[in-house]
Amino acid sequence: MNGNQPVSDSGGQPFIFDKSKPGRIAYSLPDCDVPELPAEQLLPAELLRTAPAALPEVYEVDVVRHYTALSRRNYGVDNGFYPLGSCTMKYNPKLNEDAAKLPGFAAIHPYQPASTVQGALELLYTLQNDLAAITGMDSVTLQPAAGAHGEWTGLMIIRAYHESRGEQRTKVLVPDSSHGTNPASAAAAGYTTVTIKSDARGLVDLDALRAAVGPDTAALMLTNPNTLGLFESHIEEIAAIVHQAGGLLYYDGANANAIMGIARPGDMGFDVVHLNLHKTMSTPHGGGGPGAGPVGVKRLLEPFLPKPLIVRRPDGTYGYEYNRPHSIGRIKPFHGNFGILVRAYAYIRSYGPIGLRRVSECAVLNANYLLSRLSAAYDVPYPGLCKHEFVLSGARQKALGIRTLDMAKRLLDFGIHPPTIYFPLIVEESIMIEPTETESKETLDQFVDIMLQIAWEAEHSPETIVQAPSTTVVSRLDEALAARRPILHCDCN
Amino acid sequence: MASYRHRYLPMTDQDEADMLQAIGASSVEDLFRDIPAAIRYHGALPVSAPLDEPALWTHLRELAERNTDLSRCISFLGAGLYDHHIPAVIGHLISRSEFYTAYTPYQPEISQGELQAIFEFQSYICELTAMPVANASMYDGATALAEAGLLAAGAVRRKRLVVSRGVHPEARQLLATTAKGIGLEIVEIDYIAANGTTNLALLEQALNDQTAAVIVQSPNFFGCIERIADIAELAHAQGALLAVSVNPLSLGLLEPPGRLGADIVVGDAQPLGIPQSFGGPTCGFFAVAEPLMRRMPGRIVGQTVDRSGKRGFVLTLQAREQHIRREKATSNICSNQALLALCAAVYLSVMGKQGIQEAALLNARKAHFAASATASIPGYSVPMAAPFFNEFVLRLPDKLSYAALSEKLLSDGILAGYDLEQSYPELAGHMLLAVTEKRTRADIDRLLARLEEYA
Repeated sequence: MNGNQPVSDSGGQPFIFDKSKPGRIAYSLPDCDVPELPAEQLLPAELLRTAPAALPEVYEVDVVRHYTALSRRNYGVDNGFYPLGSCTMKYNPKLNEDAAKLPGFAAIHPYQPASTVQGALELLYTLQNDLAAITGMDSVTLQPAAGAHGEWTGLMIIRAYHESRGEQRTKVLVPDSSHGTNPASAAAAGYTTVTIKSDARGLVDLDALRAAVGPDTAALMLTNPNTLGLFESHIEEIAAIVHQAGGLLYYDGANANAIMGIARPGDMGFDVVHLNLHKTMSTPHGGGGPGAGPVGVKRLLEPFLPKPLIVRRPDGTYGYEYNRPHSIGRIKPFHGNFGILVRAYAYIRSYGPIGLRRVSECAVLNANYLLSRLSAAYDVPYPGLCKHEFVLSGARQKALGIRTLDMAKRLLDFGIHPPTIYFPLIVEESIMIEPTETESKETLDQFVDIMLQIAWEAEHSPETIVQAPSTTVVSRLDEALAARRPILHCDCN
Repeated sequence: MASYRHRYLPMTDQDEADMLQAIGASSVEDLFRDIPAAIRYHGALPVSAPLDEPALWTHLRELAERNTDLSRCISFLGAGLYDHHIPAVIGHLISRSEFYTAYTPYQPEISQGELQAIFEFQSYICELTAMPVANASMYDGATALAEAGLLAAGAVRRKRLVVSRGVHPEARQLLATTAKGIGLEIVEIDYIAANGTTNLALLEQALNDQTAAVIVQSPNFFGCIERIADIAELAHAQGALLAVSVNPLSLGLLEPPGRLGADIVVGDAQPLGIPQSFGGPTCGFFAVAEPLMRRMPGRIVGQTVDRSGKRGFVLTLQAREQHIRREKATSNICSNQALLALCAAVYLSVMGKQGIQEAALLNARKAHFAASATASIPGYSVPMAAPFFNEFVLRLPDKLSYAALSEKLLSDGILAGYDLEQSYPELAGHMLLAVTEKRTRADIDRLLARLEEYA
């Protein structure tokens, strides 16, 4: 008897374990062409597994139908609009997927002699340079696996820099609108964080910044445009304040889709930057990963980059540089998420400099268009121009008893992925919308119509919203129950 | 920039004009007026030139073809990344774009497929490792190992990690970088040269009441199987936790660490159907004993019910995570390797209860055959006597350098094993050979013939 009988799962997808029937197989292994010694002759008996892992026994069609059924219970960019603020859910080009699967990229080992992977190394070297050009930095490491990983790497570099100067700086400043990863990464790099409040315009409060910086300031972490979608227009002054105190400026590249070819972090005064290739450079999010978070630095921080860097030798061949005595060390096995880097490189080559600039222009145009059309029905806490994203407030609807969460769930009924909600933390009932450049005016107009309809429903038929979603495979789930009584795996036996 | 056309961009001149009018802006340029002139970038970024789709495909194929991929050579190279058969169904299923173009499942009602797949992945990891709880995956095995050290330090409230030199060198390097971040001390314990496993006498001496965890890998970097139960006893006697990094495929054959006293079990799922891809992306897994559940890093999927009582899945225990806790989070990691966890889950579904055992046994048989055959060639020896899984250390004849041998082998279409001197100076002239189920008798015989020829 299987412990997972879906008694309460009418119409749901059973577990793969539920399809198990002893005797079925879905695998095909090579014949054993060496002596077929029993396990006990290969290894001491006490090392051998005493009870086999209770994996399912199914045949290939079961596997294919199970995961195909699961895929149909999922929603990706290829299904529809995904205006998820700060996440840059743009279209994932198909050629880039094909490229990453080429055997010359997918079936190579990082410890192969460099002479046998010159194509891969050339790609990495070129990508390092392209990302340096886009960000205005002098040198780039491709190793970090994700944005948060890039943040931590960048902060470890900053720490090594200060230590090389005999300074023990202990504090990292973050705006109150920053991503949660910023303070978490700072803590992982051994720093305490100081939160800088935003001013009435939604920008870094310069007086608060001046009051917070000091000889203990290691760095300020900033996104620009910030998480409200606003450009920190006094960035030069911010940079001067931090630099005069001996601190460095860290650029969280989550919002870089607004500025490619328009303004570069390096020119704004930033010393370190990470980019999320799974945002700006279109590599797929994969349902939560893998991503890649390369880090670029100014010349003064180059000695501290993680090992190894990819270099071009005078004879035109490519290789690794391990001799980096001041490096922070290794932060990722091998050479980072190479398969993601291939896709990002293909993306950059599909656009070139003019195209990348046009990407950012269209992203910003789309966002401003949505903002102007939605401002009639929703509160706009920081009116004016936005960059690639903007933040609305559901305060007006909350007064009617409808929360932002309810409206987000109502969007699901219209086949649209909701925006980011309740972030940034400084906006009440926040709704953070990022359309990206790959959505058409027709899609945006349709989204506006739906958002206006939901605003109307909030006033006139709130029960429709409170009951939403009603068209999805499950209705709202009890998250409190999941955390209170954790069930974290199936009962496989 | 009107009139720029690109297959991924829908903006027409008319769209642009209509949208600018709705906004009340005079031009696209006008939308950037909040950026100070001094920091505006003018001109074209010095990035690589654009290519049309046919030219781009040609270019990418040309770059790929300049790499000697594993279909063009016989690989005995492992050292943490292995050449296993990848069942055909995997590529098809993880290429379903409902999976790969999705974001993190923060909206569970439209993410049940992903959430259930990850819930099943967690179940598979629990089954393989015999641990009660697993997370939704980590960047890679080395990161999972470093996070295990951090978790232990936080849970036991001590700052000293005792790590075997048998742990993958790159994982130890990563652990060192990570430990520096929060001020942990790392003590490395040597292995017994004749045996290849951690020196337990040295380990016992190194343990004290400041030790948060003992961290070992089994099979270790030399392929040797560690005495987990004995190590667990030593660690626990000092109130320290035991973290073990494992090759998940080996658990088709070997007793899992969860039954041998491990408190944290981590590893890299690459052997489970994930392409080598020059080292990444792969997928780390992370499993813990029940009391450590709420300290686990990364995402976790849990089962719950919807409003009508129907079974469903959500990301859970999020009170640990950065978007709630900010600087007090258990880890800064806010992504998992969902697509590759899916890959591993599909692999384990394909292999099933029988296949995982057969595959593991097949690896062990081939590696043991290759080990005894190479050791019997005059001049060569297998110096480490401990039991091993699918990887072993081969000592080369004194007059034959690794560099010379590997170059000759490569010219014969054979990718040599890992040069151990790179990470263990005392092991000059020692090569780490991996023999997976994909290596045929003919492949092995070809290696043997060459080794004999060059001895």
